[in-house]
Amino acid sequence: MGAGHTHALYVHEHSAIHRMAPQTKLVAALGMVASIAVTPREAIWAFAVYAVLIGSIAALSRIGPGFLAARLLAVAPFVLFAFLIPFIATGETVEIGFVEVSVPGLWGAWNILIKAVLGASVSIVLTATTEVAEIIRGLGVLRAPALFTSIAVFMIRYLELITDELGRMRTAMTARGYDPRWIAQARPIATSAGALFVRSYERGERIHAAMLARGFTGEMPTFDRPAIARSQWVVVLVVIMVFVAVATVALLVT
Amino acid sequence: MHAPDGFLGVGVAVATGIISLIVIGFALRQSKKQLSDKLIPLAGITAAFIFAAQMFNFPVAAGTTGHLLGGALAAILLGPSVGVIAVTIVVVVQAFIFADGGITALGYNVLNMAIVPAYGGYAVFRIFRRMLPTSAGGVIGATGSAAWASVVMASVAFSIQWLFGATAPVSFDDVFAAMVGVHALIGIGEGIISALAVGAVLASRPDLVYGAADLERSQLDDSKVGMRTFVVGGVLVALVFSAVISQFAVDNPDGLERVAEDTGFIESSEDHSLADSIFADYATDGVSNETLSLAIAGIVGTAVTLLVAAGIFMGLRQQRSRDPASV
Amino acid sequence: MSARIQISGLGFAYPDGKKALEGVDLELEAGERVAILGPNGAGKTTLALHFNGILVPHAGSITVGDLPVVEENYAEIRRMVGLVFQDPNDQLFMPSVREDVAFGPANLGFVGDDLERKVDAALDIVAGKEFAHRPPHHLSGGEKRRASLATVLAMSPDVLVLDEPSSGLDPAGRRELIVTLSGLPMTLVVITHDLPLALELCPRSVIMNHGRVVADGATQALLGDVEMLADNRLEPPYNFVRVEDPPRS
Repeated sequence: MGAGHTHALYVHEHSAIHRMAPQTKLVAALGMVASIAVTPREAIWAFAVYAVLIGSIAALSRIGPGFLAARLLAVAPFVLFAFLIPFIATGETVEIGFVEVSVPGLWGAWNILIKAVLGASVSIVLTATTEVAEIIRGLGVLRAPALFTSIAVFMIRYLELITDELGRMRTAMTARGYDPRWIAQARPIATSAGALFVRSYERGERIHAAMLARGFTGEMPTFDRPAIARSQWVVVLVVIMVFVAVATVALLVT
Repeated sequence: MHAPDGFLGVGVAVATGIISLIVIGFALRQSKKQLSDKLIPLAGITAAFIFAAQMFNFPVAAGTTGHLLGGALAAILLGPSVGVIAVTIVVVVQAFIFADGGITALGYNVLNMAIVPAYGGYAVFRIFRRMLPTSAGGVIGATGSAAWASVVMASVAFSIQWLFGATAPVSFDDVFAAMVGVHALIGIGEGIISALAVGAVLASRPDLVYGAADLERSQLDDSKVGMRTFVVGGVLVALVFSAVISQFAVDNPDGLERVAEDTGFIESSEDHSLADSIFADYATDGVSNETLSLAIAGIVGTAVTLLVAAGIFMGLRQQRSRDPASV
Repeated sequence: MSARIQISGLGFAYPDGKKALEGVDLELEAGERVAILGPNGAGKTTLALHFNGILVPHAGSITVGDLPVVEENYAEIRRMVGLVFQDPNDQLFMPSVREDVAFGPANLGFVGDDLERKVDAALDIVAGKEFAHRPPHHLSGGEKRRASLATVLAMSPDVLVLDEPSSGLDPAGRRELIVTLSGLPMTLVVITHDLPLALELCPRSVIMNHGRVVADGATQALLGDVEMLADNRLEPPYNFVRVEDPPRS
């Protein structure tokens, strides 16, 4: 489950990738992960090409390999599941050392593993080069419903405030010796969650009043953005075409 | 449960993507009708609350901890449409901004972590509200049951998606038994936490609980939750569960399967051409009795779908009959 | 530009039945500066929320600049009345301060260069250009107060209502606030527990308690009536000495 990391993954640098408009990066990311997702797992060469390409983009973005590796730990639960598969899967088996593992199981594990890692890498490069508010703005430019992006913007804005409040509540409870081990002792946690909801909701009502006070009638105002250079879209197109080409060849050849 | 890219096959990714888009679009319209200009700040703050709540651990047993999913809780507090929107935004933002969950996996991640728990959970909530007394205790009991059920339904949904889009040779039987079995346990934590949280909200601001809007002042004061009903119900559910899940765990025809064979409900032959057409080979290979597995998948899948549809429908109907002045 | 306010027999009760305001009468001339004092729960904030129609009275009426505060006038009223809330976090809800300041005028229809001008002008008044690009949760308490003031000033209001504007500010921040507010031309209503601020900024004060106006007069005179203050859970500032003219800043 979402083990929670409010520290967004943005890395403050000045690279060519950082300067690109968010909607271009979103489209590029989508093209890349889609290509990765449809590539047959046997085409190991294709995944090697992808890895090199993604690595180059990461390097261009001045993102260190250590950073990337650390963030990739988020896919750990699925890596674990992937490792289990060869042992629990059906199908013809092969002996590796002392254990018998399923061959299709090995392929299945490889499939999940490589796609999870490469897909997450693309996401990490995206989020490292694009500020949170910009990502949401980019989604809006790409025709995500305005209501949706506005709510997301609010969520991001107040997330830290609410997490801080939650943290304070937990600290206060711990300071009074609360150290729960069993679900039966979870009552204070749940009641404080309820109290937090009430406070959050009441804050929401106050924010609504503040919005009304400044003339809000239901639709968020849109602010002009400077037009982006055509060249950015050309770059995106090239990147996507390369990925799609690799995927297509892999699909045809395998 | 934030699945990464490529975890399920392309067909499933696209199909669930389309379903999720349609349902969320519908939910957005409903939410706007329900809250009008209050929607953005209230849904935003609720989404932040759910995100924060998902982050904190609650103890399960002897030091191990669990996390909240929050879909059913959100639906009961704010109504199913707003609830589903809030949780969806959490899932989408987690994918795009925290690289938690694949972008191409959003179709099924949103479906399993937002749509099914919120709408399905709300439907179960309403069913339990009917059966339990009209009091704060009844709302709390219904919340606990709904929250537990929402987690189980999510795992069922995922298992069925695996049936269609498995990418590794782990059979549907194994996935179903493992996923649903584990989540039936995890769901207990979700149920208890959600019930207690709603109880806390009812105690201070009952007007903030959408699912308790029908309660009078006097009924709000009665927060007794009949434990006996739950123990009895729990035992019944556990029995049904074990019967169903054990079918998958054991290779030899046994119990339910034998009954089904004897009564002619299923053929005793193994292969069935239907399975070859739309289900992923990986999911049906090595399954001892495909027909039985698919029958169970069909029944359970239909049940979950019906509950989710009921939840969507209730969100629509409730909105129409709500007094606009009370918003 | 400034506008006058006329409140007559205002009454309001919350949905749970609790009476918050009863028979409130108040008249403010255009450009006047009035402090609203009183204990917690007196109804001061509730009253403020009536100025721009966020709360609707059950009895009585209120007009701002001769416009009755009713639904068909809300758009214009909300342009005229600027409300600065107690918690700046409630007022700063956009991804950056600049966008927050632009929110109000954008809703009024300003776009492009006109919008930028209004935003810059408001930021200048509060010396906020230095943090305008930052997200609100990266601001200090004092910066947040200045930013929330700017979000309201950007709409060029004729009436400015501030709810506890100096709470949480350090002495320097408080001094900056007083200097800023002294330079503003519009009608000023300051809800505050900060009696020296009321004394320095507002020649006239109104004391509220239990939803009613219990006193209305020169701030100097009111703060000198120790008994009356005590009845309303207030006390004169330490070292308060009644003088004929309040100190000028």
